Order: sequence, then C-alpha cells, then structure tokens
Amino acid sequence: MEKMSRVTTALGGSVLTGRTMHCHLDAPANAISVCRDAAQVVVAGRSIFKIYAIEEEQFVEKLNLRVGRKPSLNLSCADVVWHQMDENLLATAATNGVVVTWNLGRPARNKQDQLFTEHKRTVNKVCFHPTEAHVLLSGSQDGFMKCFDLRRKDSVSTFSGQSESVRDVQFSIRDYFTFASTFENGNVQLWDIRRPDRCERMFTAHNGPVFCCDWHPEDRGWLATGGRDKMVKVWDMTTHRAKEMHCVQTIASVARVKWRPECRHHLATCSMMVDHNIYVWDVRRPFVPAAMFEEHRDVTTGIAWRHPHDPSFLLSGSKDSSLCQHLFRDASQPVERANPEGLCYGLFGDLAFAAKESLVAAESGRKPYTGDRRHPIFFKRKLDPAEPFAGLASSALSVFETEPGGGGMRWFVDTAERYALAGRPLAELCDHNAKVARELGRNQVAQTWTMLRIIYCSPGLVPTANLNHSVGKGGSCGLPLMNSFNLKDMAPGLGSETRLDRSKGDARSDTVLLDSSATLITNEDNEETEGSDVPADYLLGDVEGEEDELYLLDPEHAHPEEPECVLPQEAFPLRHEIVDTPPGPEHLQDKADSPHVSGSEADVASLAPVDSSFSLLSVSHALYDSRLPPDFFSVLVRDMLHFYAEQGDVQMAVSVLIILGERVRKDIDEQTQEHWYTSYIDLLQRFRLWNVSNEVVKLSTSRAVSCLNQASTTLHVNCSHCKRPMSSRGWVCDRWGSGVGRWGRGLQAAQEPLLRRPPSCPPPGATAAPACVPSATTWSRVCSCGARAAATAATCSTS
Amino acid sequence: MNRGGSSPSAAANYLLCTNCRKVLRKDKRIRVSQPLTRGPSAFIPEKEVVQANTVDERTNFLVEEYSTSGRLDNITQVMSLHTQYLESFLRSQFYMLRMDGPLPLPYRHYIAIMAAARHQCSYLINMHVDEFLKTGGIAEWLNGLEYVPQRLKNLNEINKLLAHRPWLITKEHIQKLVKTGENNWSLPELVHAVVLLAHYHALASFVFGSGINPERDPEISNGFTLISVNNFCVCDLANDNNIENASLSGGNFGIVDSLSELEALMERMKRLQEETEDEEASQEEMSTRFEKEKKESLFVVSGDTFHSFPHSDFEDDMIITSDVSRYIEDPGFGYEDFARRGEEHLPTFRAQDYTWENHGFSLVNRLYSDIGHLLDEKFRMVYNLTYNTMATHEDVDTTMLRRALFNYVHCMFGIRYDDYDYGEVNQLLERSLKVYIKTVTCYPERTTKRMYDSYWRQFKHSEKVHVNLLLMEARMQAELLYALRAITRHLT
Repeated sequence: MEKMSRVTTALGGSVLTGRTMHCHLDAPANAISVCRDAAQVVVAGRSIFKIYAIEEEQFVEKLNLRVGRKPSLNLSCADVVWHQMDENLLATAATNGVVVTWNLGRPARNKQDQLFTEHKRTVNKVCFHPTEAHVLLSGSQDGFMKCFDLRRKDSVSTFSGQSESVRDVQFSIRDYFTFASTFENGNVQLWDIRRPDRCERMFTAHNGPVFCCDWHPEDRGWLATGGRDKMVKVWDMTTHRAKEMHCVQTIASVARVKWRPECRHHLATCSMMVDHNIYVWDVRRPFVPAAMFEEHRDVTTGIAWRHPHDPSFLLSGSKDSSLCQHLFRDASQPVERANPEGLCYGLFGDLAFAAKESLVAAESGRKPYTGDRRHPIFFKRKLDPAEPFAGLASSALSVFETEPGGGGMRWFVDTAERYALAGRPLAELCDHNAKVARELGRNQVAQTWTMLRIIYCSPGLVPTANLNHSVGKGGSCGLPLMNSFNLKDMAPGLGSETRLDRSKGDARSDTVLLDSSATLITNEDNEETEGSDVPADYLLGDVEGEEDELYLLDPEHAHPEEPECVLPQEAFPLRHEIVDTPPGPEHLQDKADSPHVSGSEADVASLAPVDSSFSLLSVSHALYDSRLPPDFFSVLVRDMLHFYAEQGDVQMAVSVLIILGERVRKDIDEQTQEHWYTSYIDLLQRFRLWNVSNEVVKLSTSRAVSCLNQASTTLHVNCSHCKRPMSSRGWVCDRWGSGVGRWGRGLQAAQEPLLRRPPSCPPPGATAAPACVPSATTWSRVCSCGARAAATAATCSTS
Repeated sequence: MNRGGSSPSAAANYLLCTNCRKVLRKDKRIRVSQPLTRGPSAFIPEKEVVQANTVDERTNFLVEEYSTSGRLDNITQVMSLHTQYLESFLRSQFYMLRMDGPLPLPYRHYIAIMAAARHQCSYLINMHVDEFLKTGGIAEWLNGLEYVPQRLKNLNEINKLLAHRPWLITKEHIQKLVKTGENNWSLPELVHAVVLLAHYHALASFVFGSGINPERDPEISNGFTLISVNNFCVCDLANDNNIENASLSGGNFGIVDSLSELEALMERMKRLQEETEDEEASQEEMSTRFEKEKKESLFVVSGDTFHSFPHSDFEDDMIITSDVSRYIEDPGFGYEDFARRGEEHLPTFRAQDYTWENHGFSLVNRLYSDIGHLLDEKFRMVYNLTYNTMATHEDVDTTMLRRALFNYVHCMFGIRYDDYDYGEVNQLLERSLKVYIKTVTCYPERTTKRMYDSYWRQFKHSEKVHVNLLLMEARMQAELLYALRAITRHLT
C-alpha cells in the first residue's frame, strides 16, 4: 500500500508525456508488459525478448534478453509480465512449458534467474501477485495452474482446473488471496490461493475458449472476460452467483482485454484473428467503440496501459513486428462518424424516426397533434451526464403509427408473387407482367410493361403498320394522361395501393414483432441509430399522400388543441411533383414533329388496334419504326427505373432490371442496382415472401447480392410439447425423444432424394423439389412425444 | 506374392469402374461378385463389428438423422465401435454435405469425388457419384475433369497439394482462386471446398486404414439403391491382397512375443509418466529429437522392403489410376517427405503460432458459419476419447499414447509442438506402427492387411479403429491448418 501511494505521487509529480509513435521489432511479438515506472516496456515473442525505453519521441532499445549461442525454446515466449513492485523482476511463459524468471539486477549478460519446468505443456500465462514480491502464478495448456514462491525451487501449490487448458490467470487486485482463471472450455474459475484442492467458484462465461480476463482496478469484484465467441463480458463477482453486468459484442475473437485506468467503464480489447485494430469500449455503450487505434497491419497480440493511473497512453505489440504507443487523443472515434439520425419503416407503414435530441426538441415546439384514436409512442431516454458521447450521439426516437383503415400492401405481395421474372421470352414476360399489373389496378405499371415490350421486342412481333393508327386514339386518351402525369392523377392507382392496412390488426401485430419492433427495441435501449436497414426513401411515396396523418407525439409537450404535423420536413423529403415525366410519351411527342416520323403517319388512321393494351402507347412503334435500335431508349428506360425507385416502387425497378438484364444493366451503376436489389429483397423478406426473394437473389447479377445466398440460414425449432429448443440432436426433442429409434427404415429410402426431411414426416408432397432445400415449406412433424412442431424453412442455400 | 490371382480381378474391376457411370444412367443392373470377406471391413472380422451394432440403437438413430444416403454404410458400421465419436463425425459430415453452405449440393459431392480420387479411393468415389447424381448433378461431369466448369477445375491444384504436400500451399494459391474474374471463388466457397477436401482426404485414410469393404446389397433391396451401391473397384484389389497376406501372417507371430510387447509398452508409458523431470533435455536436444523423428519417418516406408508394397502392385495402381484419374490432374504427384525437402528453406510449422483452437477455428467459423464448432467438437472428441483400457489392461491413462499418435502425424506434415518431447514418439510407437501410420496418412492406398495386423497384436480391433480415427483427424487438422494459414495470410 505504501508503495502504491508512492507511485501515484510519482505520477502527480511528473506527468507522462509522449506522442503516438511506433518502432519496428525484428520479429513478431506475442506479449508486452510495462515496468511500473512507466518508462520501459518489455516485448516478448517466439524469437524476440527485448526491453525498450519509452522516450519522448521514440522507443529506444535498452536491453536484449535473448542471449546465448543458440537460443533455446525456453526463450520462445508466449507471455511476459513485469513485476509491479520490483523493477528488476520479470517472468516469461515459454511455449515449451517452462516458466522463467529474469532478474535485471544481475551483473552478468544473461539475466535469466530461475527456471521452472513443471508444466508439461505450453504455459499460456504468467502473473505476479500485485503486492507480494515473490509470488508468481502460471496457467498452462495442461490444465494446471501453479503458484511459485520465487525463493524456492519448486512450485508451492498446484491447482487443477479439472478440465482443458488454462488460457489466462489473474490475481485479484483487491482480494489478496483470490485469483481468477479462464479455460478453453468456456469456464471461469475463482480460486483461493490457500486452497489448492478445489476452486471457490466456477461458472461458464463463454461459448468456446475464454482467452483472457482482467480484474477491474477499482471496482472490487468486477471481472472482464473475452472469448473466442467474439464477446467481452463484465461480471460482478461479489454477488452469490456471478452476474453478467455488461456484454460487448466485437467482430472477432477477443485475445486480450485490459481495463482503462481512471475510467470506470472503459476497457481496451484486441483480437486474435482477422481484425488488427485495438478498440476501447465503454461497456455501457456496447455497440460502438469509444476509440479505435488502427496502426497495426497484423493482429495485435499484446496491449498494456502505460501507467496504472494514466488513461491516455496505450502500448501495443503486434504480429506485424511493431511496437506502438497510442495516444488517446489521437484515436479515431467511430462515434463521430456515426449518423445520429435514423429512419425505419414498419411493414405496414409505421415509421420510426430517431434524431438528435436537440433537433427533436426544437421541432417539438411546433406542438404535435395528438389524436385520440391512435397511440403513438415516444421514447426519450434520460440523459446521464456522466455518460460519454452525451453531446455526440444522443438521440430521441419517435414512432409514428399510421391511420387504421388505409390501403394494404396487398398489391405488393400479389405483384411479387405473380410477376414472372425469367424463363420465358422477353415479350411474354412483359405481357404477363403487364397483365398482372392491370389486374391489380395498377395501370401505369401495366403501361410501362407494355412499353418495354414494344421497345425491346423486335418490331417484327407486332407489325409496325398495325400500330401506327393509334396515334389519333392515343392522342385522345393516352397522351394527355401521360403528359399531365403527376401524383394527383395517379392517386387512385398508387395512392390507394399504398394505404396502410389497419383493419387487419391481428395479423399485423405479430408481423411487426418479427421485423420493425426489433429495430425499435434496440433503438430504445441504446439510442445508437446507425441508419435504418431499410433505405430511407423508397417507401416515401406511399406515405406522402397521408402526411397529415403522420405526426410526432411528445407527451410532455402535447397540446391537443393544435393539430399540426411536426415531422421535420428536411428529414423527410416529400414527394415532389414529378417534373421528369415518364420518358416514353414525352419522347414520342418530341418525335412526332420530326419529319421522318411524319411520313409514316399517313398509314396510321386506317388500322385497328391489335391489342387493347397497346391503345395508349402504341404510338411509340410508329415512331421508332424499327429503325431505332433499342439502345436508343436505354437512357429513357434508365430514367424510368430511377423514377420508380425514387417513387418507392423498387419492386418495379428490380423486376424490370432482371427481365431486361444486359439490355439496361450497363446503364445503371452497380451500386444503385445493388441498392435496389437489397431494398427489394428486404421488403420481400419482411413479407415473408421467401420464394420470391430467393428467386430475385438468384437472378440478380450483382455479386454482393448473390452472396446473400451463401450465408447460412438458421432454423430454430422448439418442441411444442415442452417448449425446449430442439437444437442438440437435429429434429428430436431431447427430453421426449427417447424412443426415436423406431422410425421406419423403409421411409429413409424414399426420402433420399429429398434433403433432410424430418424422419417422421410423411412422404413428400409437392412442396419440396429434389436437390434444393425447400424454400418455404412448412414442415409439420411429429416429435416422438406426439406433439407437433411446425417450422418454416427460410431461404434456400443452393443455387 | 501371388500375382496371378489378383491381376484378372483387377482388370475386371477396371472395366466395371469405367462402366459404373453408364450403368447408372442406362439402368443396367450388373451383379458384382462379393468381396471375399463378409462384413464392413476386410481387416476386422464381421462379428466384431456386427455384434457391437445390434446392441447399439444409438447408431441406428444417428444414421437416420445424419446419414446422407440413409443407409448404414460400412464406414459408419466400423465407426460405430465408437458411438460417441460417430455422432460428431456424422454431424459434421452431414453439415458439410447437406446443410446451409456456400456451395451447391452437387458441387459438394463432386469435390468429395475429386478429393477421394487423389487416393484412388473408389469406395468414396462410388458413394459420391451416386449422391452427386441424386442431388441433381450433371451426369456429364462424371466423364472427367475436362467436362466440369473451369471453376471446379481450378480446385485441382489445391486438392493436389492439400492431399500430399499441404505445406506447399501459399497465399498465392489462395489469391489465384479468389482473384476477381469469371471463375473466381468467394472466400466462403473456398473455405467450404477446403473443408470438404480435407475431410475426404482424411476419410480416404480411414477407409484404407480400416480396410472398408465395398458396399453390399442392402438387406431391403429397394430397386434404386441396388445398382449404384454394388460397384467396387480398387478397394477390392487391396483387399484381395490383404486376404492373402492375412493367411500368411496369421499364425506366424507368437502370442508370447506380442504379450511381452504389450507389457513393454505399458512399462515405457509408466516410466515416461513418472519421470516428469528427467534429465531435462536441452532445447537443442529437443529440436534434434523432432528432426530425428521427422527424418526417420522418411525411411519408415521407403527403406523397409519387408513392409513396403510389393513392387508389382504399383503397376496395378497405374492401371486403376487411369480410371480414377479422370477426376484429378497430375496423378503422379504424391507425398514427399517433409524432411527430405528440409533443406531448411521450408520452415517447420510451429503449432503454437497457428493453432486450431485460436486461429483456425475463428477463421473457418467466420467464413463458413458453424462448421468450426462441429469440427472443434470432433477434434476434441477424438483427442479425448478413451476407455482407459489397453488391450487386456484396464484403468490405463492412454493420454500419452493418443498424443504421441496425433503429434506423430503432424510431425510428418512438418508441424512441430514446442511443448512436446518427440523422444516419446520413439519410445511409444514401435516400428511396425510407424509404418502403418505413415502409410495410412501419406499413402493410404497402399495399406495392406498385413500392415494392419502387424502392429499391436494384442490390441482389440476397436482400439485399432480408434487409432485410425486419431490418424484421420490429425491428418485433417494438419491439412486444414496449412490451408487456413494460407488464407489468413491472404487476408492480412
């Protein structure tokens, strides 16, 4: 204790200085440790063991401990630790299972002090007692932990984890006798150093190996653990059962974790594989790291805070053979880049909107409308002034519900299901889709399909002459409509289609559970709104017609008398009057005046329409008259696709894109295409149109999209009898499945061509096709206990 | 060696093999003479396996759950001597073949065929030809590699290296495959393929090592399984030999002799266990021991004329090769001793620097979700499996023995564990066992019943199967480690 206070005063006397810097090592590092004077750091690896002095501007090599003719494996270090009480004392763990101590005070060139060869396997970790000068602890692959008294030749006591390898051991900073150890099988054990016979406590902390742990420097009983399951967990060990306080999900397995000094909720992590960065997390904000250091080019293997009372200096060693000092003020802060606004649509048009609180507060001055027929939700999180990011990324979430009784999304589902996207000649596809659209009362879409057919299918299919006549007719009904095309005109078409269906309340509530609510809940919890997963703009068209019904309700500021929508305009680009009218007709009009077209007009009048669907638009045929290559129109078609996408009908955009394929693909940039595809697929999946979405994925040419099919789909099934997940043994409930052997063998043979139908399932109906995971088959199966469990398989993973 | 006996049958087999695809398509049923031994394995008496089977309902259940063919095939029957392991094995295999993954189902089977073809394992080839067609594969592909898409063909190189000299795989190989272009592989696809390749190379080792017989008619002959199952080709050849060998070797070895062998082994194990702190070998000594073991493994097969395959049989190999080789390129490429090319430019793979638990798992699981857990469980299972028995003795800690087997396989692939004293290998694994190990892991197609019989004569067959399982998994892990390390290097 006395010594501890001296350290603090030492810091108070001379403040640490330095800059972000790095130096090259000769070999990859496996671990680093800092001397208590905060002026030296030791780096150890398979073929490196050196001490560097940390100076103002650079690292200076001070001592090479790897001496001798032919370096032995004892020097191949897996871990190194510097005693925090004694500047001359170091310990290393060798990959061959030897624990070595080093005395820098030795006059000889070889500073090696003692050698403990008691472990049979690689020693993963060594740890000095924080206050006791002679106590050293080691944890090894052989499953044992050993405690050494440096004044003696052998270990004082051996602790058997009774399981696989020990990955980390750490003395508690506060409890003199306690240490924690973590294991490859996911367990954490708590030991009393005086009682080697059995551990005080054991619990499973992670799924898979727990690579590291760290006691909180101040909070007695807080232990952070990091595992291969990509999680960092903070446990409160003071309670009767270890309680998980916080959990941070990282993107790669966690190799090291270190609490940040003087910052109660901060810890630094680095990962074992793939990810080379060092992150500093605020455990209360588990989704965005508070700071990030990106200097290393290969995985970081060791991190250490330079001084136990200084939060701004972090040292790190890496496999890329470099040693770095990071300054906290130079760290990149992902929070700064986070978008504090987010917008997300529910399946039926409900809208959740999160924005900076300041913004919302300002707007709320406008007094939201509060109708009594609806129940809007407004979340506002109490600000904790102690929290970080307070000014940066705090936001409020508002949820707008739509008016009941509006139009449903039925048209979308129907269209998606009935459209034909491939497998037939282009002309037929267009005709088919036009027909579908017309039957659903979407005339504009139908017309577009017809136009596409005319543009891209060889004129030979429809004799030019036949069509020319209709200029007159088109002039009377088709063109005026198209020219004056705007929202109001389309209202009966588009508007009604997009009304939200409130009447189907029941169905709605459970659907919402599936998708939108997930977003809501997380937002509610953490306020980190990182942009909605649905592109913000593509449904706007649908809602625009009802903007009066959208409102924000802030109960605290509710003024029922003042009905007004307070939705910030700028957050929500309203649908503009469409200036760039659909390309087809306009273009035709221009052309109509051109001399070469007028020549053909002569033939026009005498002919009758071939197909009524052409009546509005058939003009076009006359005009390009097979002399214009389809390429000529590609610009227009592109604009048309953009128009639909902007308007919210991404379905149309994607369908056309798929059907026209190469003809238009080159005109639209990859990113936009990908954006459309993902939007459409997302929508389809929200409506559980797995088959369609899978077809779209399959037909898409965008690489990023087709990759979607390579991801796994997990299907969780619970036994309907006992409600337990049936995960461990395929499709059998653990509890009720004792008599499973009785399933008929003969059935198996019949099943062979099918993929994994549940064994007790009756022979396949029409639902599943051979060689493909059935896409949306509902399997009703009988658990051996007689209960029925139904499940819906999601996407197909084969192509 | 009785050459006259085996060559006609080899010729017949050859014909059959080329036909079997046509047979499938034309639905021409051909009855094939049954292998001379009954039961799932040519090495293990039928009753040993079958007895265990009837008792075990668990196996039946597992087969129904996880077998892709829905039948209790011979591999499964033999493995069912170790039901615990069987479950992990079938689960992971089923996951690779049938569950969500980046590759289409026919691809998976075709890759399995390619992998098995590297070791001319017709048992696996036939099995997967069958499944390939069932899952909707294009029959034309079965005519050989020139009929498959370029993309699959590109896997050849890595298949070849992985099977015989995995240490040669570099990140350049990976880069070549994933480089953007017409026929590129995405990383998840590649990882899936690599897992399949490694799995089937290793499984080929098991098939030959345990002398798995070709499939016989299933008891319930339900039309369509019958035809495809019957084809057997190369395996049978090996078995023919083995049977002759068996008759030769059967009575030759005295029981007294083998008994004392066992006692000696037990004695050595005990001694090693006790002297935890022996003379404390110096580091140089340790690394010399590793090198020695590595070098010695070099002579294990090639130097020993008694054990090595009779020369004439290589010619048979050649004939057969021409049939199987449609699925591979460069059929002459085989295992070359790691030590021999150890002119120090091929660094030893330090196990501690890239372990399965820390690195391999994370990578494989990242790119091909969940397979990591299944493989992890399987490796762990096989490594820790023990019944605490050795032959007639009970209550024996066999950890050392298992570790020696596992590490010896890795040693032959140039993977070194810092914390292992390779002197133990020398003490625990007798020469005939080393011959067997080397053959099974490096040239599985040359395994004979004589080799199988000549080591550990007192041990039970189930224990020898256990050895095979260890060898198989160690080999698979070694291949995976090299391939995954290359992928990691490509990523960084």
